[in-house]
Amino acid sequence: MYAAIGAGLAVIGAGIGIGNVGAKAMEAIARQPEAVGDIRSNMILVGALIEGAALIAILLSFFVGQ
Amino acid sequence: MIRKISLSIILFLFSVVLAFAQQNKDHSGHNHAKGDHSGHTHAKGDHSGHNHAKGDHSGHNHAKGDHSGHNHAKGDHSGHNHAKGGHSGSHDAHANACGYVFDNSVFNPGKVAFHHISDQNIYSIGPWHFPLPCIPYAVGKGFDFFSSSKFAADSHGNATKAYNGYVVYEGAIRRVRNADAFPKGSVDLGHHNVYTETEKDSKGKDKAVVVACYNGQKFQFDDKSTADFGLFGGGFTSFYDFSITKNVFTMILICLLLGMLFIGIARKYKNNPGKAPSGTQGFMETMFVFIQDEVCKPFLGHKWEKYTPFLMCLFFFILALNLFGQIPFFGGSNVTGNLAVTAVLAVFAFFVVNFSGNGDYWKHIFWMPGIPAWVKVIVTPVEFIGLFIKPITLMLRLFGNITAGHMVIVIFVGLIFIFGENGANAGAAWGTSIASVALTLFMMAIELLVAFLQAFVFTILVASYIGAATEEHHAH
Repeated sequence: MYAAIGAGLAVIGAGIGIGNVGAKAMEAIARQPEAVGDIRSNMILVGALIEGAALIAILLSFFVGQ
Repeated sequence: MIRKISLSIILFLFSVVLAFAQQNKDHSGHNHAKGDHSGHTHAKGDHSGHNHAKGDHSGHNHAKGDHSGHNHAKGDHSGHNHAKGGHSGSHDAHANACGYVFDNSVFNPGKVAFHHISDQNIYSIGPWHFPLPCIPYAVGKGFDFFSSSKFAADSHGNATKAYNGYVVYEGAIRRVRNADAFPKGSVDLGHHNVYTETEKDSKGKDKAVVVACYNGQKFQFDDKSTADFGLFGGGFTSFYDFSITKNVFTMILICLLLGMLFIGIARKYKNNPGKAPSGTQGFMETMFVFIQDEVCKPFLGHKWEKYTPFLMCLFFFILALNLFGQIPFFGGSNVTGNLAVTAVLAVFAFFVVNFSGNGDYWKHIFWMPGIPAWVKVIVTPVEFIGLFIKPITLMLRLFGNITAGHMVIVIFVGLIFIFGENGANAGAAWGTSIASVALTLFMMAIELLVAFLQAFVFTILVASYIGAATEEHHAH
């Protein structure tokens, strides 16, 4: 059960992180619509990196929970 | 352009050959206790004995379409939706010759979901099941080569026959533990005589083990073939499965399709130089140029041409498999949701990144310039671990995203059986199925987005890792 709580906490952290990335990217696009392509690919890249950290946490909790 | 495309194709084929060599199984989901065979329709009272030969099971009533092919769309489970009346009466009193009671009154959505996303030795299109070649290798006994039709598996992928000491349970091959005691060749087991039992493993934990009942005697079977050090519920098994499974077959199919597509397009460029692209050529060129301009050029600088074939190969291979896995009623292959496949892709990325790494890259890992020595002692191990974390996250991201999507769809379908109380409450089942269809459609739309996004993310991350490894530093 503790493993499930750990996985949940990891998802909360990643959610806040990806939310921030998305919010700032939206602001940046609103300020500079001509840079939308660069901002979008960087947003996806950073989102994926944050997701990676969450995935490792979830994997660890999976092993612990076994 | 032509050279690039043909190089991509060669890399595609190469990656398939390597993906082939892996132990194409992922080990999610054999934590089911004895007796939770959700599903199966039974007419009342015909289960005496259970050790009958094939063809002798008239009462089983496996409706056509029952469990048709592990596709995750509505209507897939129509065969499970039987009225409760079928279960009433003396059914539960009948145990088979080994004392096993077949009980299908409990619906376990988690088990059904895992069953549907795992690899199988049977390919199903709609209600039709096609056998695939089985090539198991038993340590000390050598290779076997036969068709999975030898198992005469029922609609749940459980064998009704054993062959040379092998059976299929939920579509995956397993080998008998005590091979000398079990008869060689084809052996009739009958229906519902391959099932799981709970036993204590060496650590005293409960573990599900597959058992076959033959001539009133119980035979235990090994886990699915794997060498995962027990991380995913498996361990070292007495056999290795090199079969052309559903996933391997799908990969070969996708390679042929993509090969045909790209060779055709390459020929068009050759024959009509300087002309505007037309048809599929135009469609594929859009995607090709998108990846080239958004991924290759910004991240790789002037070396982009060298790595474009590899990145294109990754992108189109992952994209095609993601999309193919979403076609309902057509095999339901979950290739990119198989940890072994994504692991092979990540290992490729790992080697390409590290073999193209220059001196600066390695210097920044092992002795980061510009920071005090005591910080280097901390940074170096972190950077070194980071080398391996990168491919591991690549592997998990693709696996997790695709698997999660498929599981959510299966569980939305499963809601019908939960609220319909496995057939007892037809009104609730109908009501839930309306919501379930809507949710499933919504989820499939999301998955379509995810299919593109994950292929793109995998490619862009590999490109950024290669870019970081080949970057030339001038600042220090």
